[in-house]
Parts: sequence; C-alpha cells; structure tokens
Amino acid sequence: MHPVLATVLQRLGLGVVTLFFVSLIIFSSIEMLPGDFGEAVLGQAATEETVAAFRRELGLDKPAWLRYVDWIASVAQGDFGTSFSGRASSGVDRSREVIDLVAPRLWNTLFLAAYAAVISVPLALFLGITAALYRNSFYDRFVNAATLTTISTPEFFVAYILILLLASLNPWFPSLANVTADMPLWERIYRTSLPALTLTLVIVAHMMRMTRAAIISLLASPYIEMAKLKGVSASQVILKHALPNAWAPIATVIAFNLAYLVVGVVVVEVVFVYPGIGQLMVDAVTTRDIPVVQACALIFAATYIILNLIADIIGIVTNPRLLHPR
Amino acid sequence: MSGKNKPQDGLAAEAAGEGYSAAAEVGAVRKRRTRSERIWIELKKAPLTAWFGLIVITVYCLVALFAPIIAPHGEAEVFPAPYAPWGGDHVFGTDQIGRDVFSRLIYGARNTMGIALATTLLSFFIGGGLGLVAAINRSWLDQFISRAVDVLMAIPSLIFALMLLSIFGSTVWSLIGIIAVLDSTRVFRLTRSVAVNVVVMDYVEAARLRGEGLGWIMRREILPNIMPPLVAEFGLRFCFVFLTIAALSFLGVGIQPPTADWGSMVRDNASLIQFAQYDMTAAMTPLLPAAAIALLTIAVNFVVDWFLHKTSGLRDDH
Repeated sequence: MHPVLATVLQRLGLGVVTLFFVSLIIFSSIEMLPGDFGEAVLGQAATEETVAAFRRELGLDKPAWLRYVDWIASVAQGDFGTSFSGRASSGVDRSREVIDLVAPRLWNTLFLAAYAAVISVPLALFLGITAALYRNSFYDRFVNAATLTTISTPEFFVAYILILLLASLNPWFPSLANVTADMPLWERIYRTSLPALTLTLVIVAHMMRMTRAAIISLLASPYIEMAKLKGVSASQVILKHALPNAWAPIATVIAFNLAYLVVGVVVVEVVFVYPGIGQLMVDAVTTRDIPVVQACALIFAATYIILNLIADIIGIVTNPRLLHPR
Repeated sequence: MSGKNKPQDGLAAEAAGEGYSAAAEVGAVRKRRTRSERIWIELKKAPLTAWFGLIVITVYCLVALFAPIIAPHGEAEVFPAPYAPWGGDHVFGTDQIGRDVFSRLIYGARNTMGIALATTLLSFFIGGGLGLVAAINRSWLDQFISRAVDVLMAIPSLIFALMLLSIFGSTVWSLIGIIAVLDSTRVFRLTRSVAVNVVVMDYVEAARLRGEGLGWIMRREILPNIMPPLVAEFGLRFCFVFLTIAALSFLGVGIQPPTADWGSMVRDNASLIQFAQYDMTAAMTPLLPAAAIALLTIAVNFVVDWFLHKTSGLRDDH
C-alpha cells in the first residue's frame, strides 16, 4: 500500500475512535446528573404517572450500554431526542424535537463562520507571510504587538468596542444580528457584518501568529540556507524551496483556526443575539436542558474533530517526504 | 547543612534561603550578590513592555488584596438610583439595580483573579503531577493517561465546560473543578514532554538506584529542572483560565450574582452602549470591566514573553 494512503487511513481510524470516546463522554453526561431529575424537570406537582412516563421515555429503566446504543443509533439518523423545556407537571407536552431547534440555527452558525473565514483566512495568510519575510522590521513588530493585544482580549470586549464605534456612535451597522430564514442574502450579510468582523479580528490574530511562526521555522531550515548560499533568487527560494514544504503547516494553521472559529462563535453569538447554535447551547445550559446541550456539544465536538482531522490529512498528503518515498 | 564551609559571605546565600550552594563555596572570596540584587539587575535590563506588565500585575494584586479598604461602598450594596451617571458619590455610576460600579470593579479584581488563580494552581497540581508520573512511569500508565488526555483535548474546552456546568450547576466550586480538570490536560502535555528529557538523565537514575521514592524523584530531581517552562506556562494558562472564566460569567453560567465579577458586569450593563451618542461615559461603563480583563491578560502575556525570551530558546521564533 502507498505510504500516504496507509497514514491517512490510520489517521482516519484514530479520528473515528476519538469520535466514539467523545460521544461516550457526552452520553454519560446524562448519567452524571444528580438524583432523580424527572421531578426536577417536570416540577414538584408532577404526578407519579407523568414522572414514570418521562423516565420510560428517557429509557432510565434500561441498562446504560443499551441506552448508549439506542442513543447513538438515533443520533446517526438525525434524531437527538426531545427537549426538556416545554414539559409541564400536568402532563401536557409542548416540548419540541431537538433536531427542529438545532437544524435552522446550525445553518445560521455555519453561515456566520463561513463569512468570517472568507475574510480572515486570506488576510491572515497575507499578514503572516509578509511578517515572516520582513522579520524584525517595524511592520513585523507592529503586527506582532497588535495581534498579541487582540489575542489577550476577551472576544466580547472586541465585540462591544466594535458596537460602540460602528453601531452606536456611527450608526453604520446594526448592533443586533437578528436574521430570519426568508431574508435576502445581501441583507443577511449586512446584518451579520459586525459579528463576522469580531470573529475575523480574533481569528486573524491567532492565524497570523501561527503562520508567521511556521514560515520562520521553515526559513531557518538548512536547505533554505543552502539554496540562498548557492545564489538562488529570493522569489525562487520562496516559491520553489519553501512553499512546497509550507503547505502542510499552513493547512494545519487554517484548519486549526476554523476549528477555533466554531468555538469562538459561542460568545460572539450571545453578544449580537445571533440565532445560532452557540446561543442555543448557552440557553440550554442555563435551563439545564440536557438533550439540547448534548446535541450541541456533539455537533461542536464533531466539527472540531473533523476539522483537525482534515488538517492532519492535508499535512500528510502535502508532505513531500511522504509523496516521494525512496 | 554547609557546616565548616560557611564564611561570612555564605550568609547572604543563607539569608536568601538557598542553603548550601556549590558556587558560593568555590568563589568563597568573591562577594556573592543577594537574590534581590540579582533580580534588580535583571529588571533593569527588562524591556519596557515587561516593566509595564509587572507594574500592572502589582497594582492588580494590591487592589485585590486591599479591596475592602479601597472600595468606597460594599460589594452588593444597593443604592436607590439605578444607572446613576458618573461622578459624585459614585465614580463610575451605578449598575442596573443600583450597585456602585467602582466598588464592584475593585471587588471583582479579588473574586475573578482569586478564582482564576485557584483554578490554575489546581490544574497545575493535577496536570503537573500526572505529567511527572507519566514521564517517570513510561509504560501502561503513561499510555493510559496520554490517550485519555488526547480524547479530552479533542473536545473544545469551552463547549466541554458548558456541558459539564449544565450537569453540575454553576457554583464557584464546580467552576473551579471543571476548568481545572479541563485545563490540566494542557499542563499534562507540557510537563510530560519536558520531563521525559530529564527522566533519562544519570542523576535521576542514580536517585532511583539509591532507592528514592516516586515523590522524591518528582519533587527533588525532576521538578527543579523543568521549572522555567512550567513557570512561563503558568502565566499563559492563568491568562487562558482567566479569559475562560470571564467568558463563562459573561454567558451567565459562570460566577453567579451577587458576587462581583468582571465578566457578568459586562453582561449586566451591556445595554448602556446604545446610549453612547447621548452620554459617552455611561456607554463606557460596560467596557470598564472588559478593559480590566484585557489589561491584565496583556500584562501577563508581556511578562511571560520576556521570561521565555530570557530562559532559553523555548520559542525560537522571536
């Protein structure tokens, strides 16, 4: 078997194992709930029968491993169970399917993340590569100090400063990103521009620093020095010698930061009251709506793992040493 | 300890709490600098950013320590006028139920920093301890802990923290415990990776052969040799924990009221921003605690940068 294929398959297998353990952890979160939460959810006035029916619905009368198999099988089919909220002690059930809550918001979150990524990835790569090439110049120091400051700042601080400057003092953008499903695309882009800008600022800082570090460590390697010493022009050094080896670290940086973006979206969504999955999760945590929390956690974790996996695989398949084995 | 080899200059080293030192014995004639003198010399060479960071951290610590003396009003003392303007009795006005913002900022330093510090210490205790054990053991235990850490790190920590908080509830103790455990995975990775290089040293082997226990090897043989990266990491992890707690409090699932805390203060007063055109100072109220968070993390980052730069090329990209 080709070594690249073997390594990729091995990494994929590792990813599947990780996903399995992560789903196990997320599933067991409901096991760790203290005491009998049937009454806690339904209220103290709940009758014996409602509580018993509720417990039967959750399958608490079955052993844990059987419940895990049931749960993972229905998750694979897109069924995350029924939300805890909307249940009443009277037995009238106004609760909604978790998938109905999650699906439209997931689309919103992906839209916001993609919007931020489209701006931030090229910008960060440009800043990082130029900072690495003009290392220790004034430009490099300035970009470095600016990004260090942005990294150290909480996301909501950046968000509120942007609101203050671009929405409150100069009413150019709306400070609330309330989008609806039937909104035309340009309207949607306009309304989500402030959250996207916030995410961009945070992500660019991370990504630029990592790109810069990757390029610098690459430029310090002996074969680059060799190429310089034998008189290859600067642009040829970059294009012919550095770039083929740089694809792997750059791809890793991008995928890693997209993974970070998926998480960073939580705080930003709350600031701008954006109807995304992050806000849904925070609301569910506040009301301790475990099925919704589980679904959101699973989606976030799976996205995170898959993006990191993609980064790994890109790193493997662009590695010249693996592509041309001796 | 040093017995007969203790002339008058050894006193300085003794006073600094170092006990016997080979360097003091060899250069017995030379006057040895005290620790404070050496620190002062280093500080004089420190860049401006490091000085800035150190001063900010000192001020924050003083404010946190003497919060009840500095604060003009109580932490949860409610005054009749909510959203009072700046100036007068209330320097930064009052918040949505009429608590003095300035006093809460001061108490917030104590609460937020205290909880973050406790969390970081706990995470270093767990992660550092397990990392050292794994590095010394290097067999099934190492494999087991390392794989478990891999799985834990596969879940984004903010998401994991949110999930665990929904189970255990948002109390201060569960907050400290959850974030410490999640953060200890990073500490474990670092400790293990730097400790495995030290474990193979001859003096560790010698200590093991003369029958020292696990605790001795961890504390006396390995720990002193991996201190610099760990200290730097402590600063970075403190920043990270501090930001995580602030974010969780901001989301409303972290530190709960009436405890004054910077993250939730931002959230409570956020609506004031929309009045920026009419009253700029009022709009600044929610930004003050956010700026306080940012200033501290920037300060710690500057100091850590300087420290890393000094203690070897752990980061050679600078």
